[in-house]
Amino acid sequence: MREKIIIGLAVFAGALLAWNMNTIFTQLPDELNQGAIYRIIYFHVPANILGMTGFGLGMLLSIGYLVTKDLRYDALAASVTEVSLVFASIGLATGSIWARIIWGVWWAWDYRLTSWLVCWLIFGGYLMLRRAIDEPNQRARFAAVVSILGSVNAYISYKSIEWWTTQHPQPVLSIRNGGGMAAGMEAPIWWNVLALACFSAILVMVRMRQEAVANEIDTLRRMAHAQ
Amino acid sequence: MNALEIAGVWKYYGDFPALREVRLNIAPGSTLALLGRNGAGKTTLLRIVAGLSRPSRGSIRIHGSEAREQATRRRIGILGHGIALYDELSAIENLTLFGRLYGLPDPRKRAGEMLERVGLGRVRDGLAREFSRGMRQRLAVGRAFLHDPEVLLLDEPFTALDDRAIAVLQSMIKEMRERGRTIIMSTHQLREALELASHVALLQRGQIVHAGERTQQMLDDTGWLYRTYGDN
Amino acid sequence: MFLRQVWTIAAKDLHSELRTKEAWNASIAFSVVILLLFSFAFDPSSEQIQEFSGGLLWMTYAFAGALVLNRSFAREVQNDCLDALIASPVSSAALFVGKALANFAMLYAVELVSLPVFVLFYNVPWKAAQLWPMLLVLALGTWALTVIGTLFSALTVNLKLRELMLPTLVYPMMIPALISAMTITTNVLAGNPAGFGMRFLVAFDIIFTLLAMVFVDTVLVG
Repeated sequence: MREKIIIGLAVFAGALLAWNMNTIFTQLPDELNQGAIYRIIYFHVPANILGMTGFGLGMLLSIGYLVTKDLRYDALAASVTEVSLVFASIGLATGSIWARIIWGVWWAWDYRLTSWLVCWLIFGGYLMLRRAIDEPNQRARFAAVVSILGSVNAYISYKSIEWWTTQHPQPVLSIRNGGGMAAGMEAPIWWNVLALACFSAILVMVRMRQEAVANEIDTLRRMAHAQ
Repeated sequence: MNALEIAGVWKYYGDFPALREVRLNIAPGSTLALLGRNGAGKTTLLRIVAGLSRPSRGSIRIHGSEAREQATRRRIGILGHGIALYDELSAIENLTLFGRLYGLPDPRKRAGEMLERVGLGRVRDGLAREFSRGMRQRLAVGRAFLHDPEVLLLDEPFTALDDRAIAVLQSMIKEMRERGRTIIMSTHQLREALELASHVALLQRGQIVHAGERTQQMLDDTGWLYRTYGDN
Repeated sequence: MFLRQVWTIAAKDLHSELRTKEAWNASIAFSVVILLLFSFAFDPSSEQIQEFSGGLLWMTYAFAGALVLNRSFAREVQNDCLDALIASPVSSAALFVGKALANFAMLYAVELVSLPVFVLFYNVPWKAAQLWPMLLVLALGTWALTVIGTLFSALTVNLKLRELMLPTLVYPMMIPALISAMTITTNVLAGNPAGFGMRFLVAFDIIFTLLAMVFVDTVLVG
């Protein structure tokens, strides 16, 4: 059943992505000021949306673990956070490429970029912490605390373009402060979000399976040592 | 009301149960010897009773209240493997500190009395790191008994104690027993523990396989318990 | 009751520290040395120094502070004192706040001692009116560092690879507060108003203090 879901999602997401790519590359006109390169937005923004949402979801799942003490919440939180970190990396990388072309620099220390890099560092630390703890319940507890504290920074990053003047552009999506994009241009962003969200669901499911197997091995090892 | 009620306690490390369905009721005034091989779960169980760790399932009630409540923790004394004292503070400063933490009315006075009791009155201003091993152990015993706890948890108290420290500990345990306090000792030293114990519980692979009064037979033949209940 | 416990813990930590002076000496020495090293790296001509004075100062404080904060819970592991504290009637939140206050006092003292050194070596133009805002931003920024450092000291105290995990976790978490403190300090030293950063720092302090007080029990009690 699981395999069927994964394959189904993969096919759907793949098709959606292909269709969206077609729209982006063949049907949309170039942007007024930036030319052709603006199309990076269709990867940069969805990746960062998924990354940030994922960190927030990880926080909620961590709270779920702390309340219920059910290790499945922890496994899910870890998987979601790991996948979100990948998306954050893509977001940072695509942003950097875009910045090089438009601003002329690979990086700028404004509040949006800095706070997002900080998030990346914190959740990278989250994964390192998990690797440093053997006992699953202790690992889940500590990771949950780091996840919750880290998501404060995710929120700071989200709000950073409102609270400070930044080199990073102001909100352009229609869900924040009205819109800045022509309707036809904004829609592919959301289609990509959907497609990438499907892919991340697949990744999370694969990761969950890995966690379950690892836990089983850990238990067997403890049992063997106790004999 | 029982001094200690352990009901259906499980402790998991991951999916591995270090404690399984542990059920134990200890009446006030008993002295319980908690026996078991290494890895049976004695220290795990004691840590949960002491409030250092939470059970995965089940409950611990000490004189009717939860283990982690502040009022409950004031009634518990613990003596573990480490001496739990600050090397850079003097003997009197160490005990006064713990007296304050336990909310005693006149911590310094009580600390002085306890130092006399454990035979460290003359070195009360000496720093803990300057003490010999036996002296540090006696100071640790003083710390554990300082606030006159109603329930005492001793994790292998007789290991690594010198003769004088053992004598002090035994006399203080006897005193506590006479005053109707409850004592729980986990131990390997069967002889010393069984002499002091009124009750016995045997823990094996996380389960209580025997709990009951300490009998003369156990005292005469210290291996009997392990042979009868061990290793099934 | 809570306050009395906080006071007992804070007093104990400060008392222990004054006895040995290990962290204090290391921290002061480190802070002066860094300021000296930075002065060789950057030529402190007075116009340029204004721009990154805040940054320089807080970098020094963050690194010197780590020497104090890292030891905060680590000092309890020796002799199993941490178990005795957790088993005692002191609540985890009181234990945390007590230690945080002791750390704050020590860090603030180190900073107050290093500040004149900084002003001297870097020829920072100093006006009397800057004193109170300066003390305020030092307090707010230091509290942020303290809360995060103390909480993670508790979290990493029993981990293998503690020396690696502590800075890895702590520094990124501190960055928003550090940057705010740096900006405000630069503004204050230049005689400008503090700006939005002050509100942000206060909010950061409050939120992280509350989060730390809530979660320290989860971290300490297995």
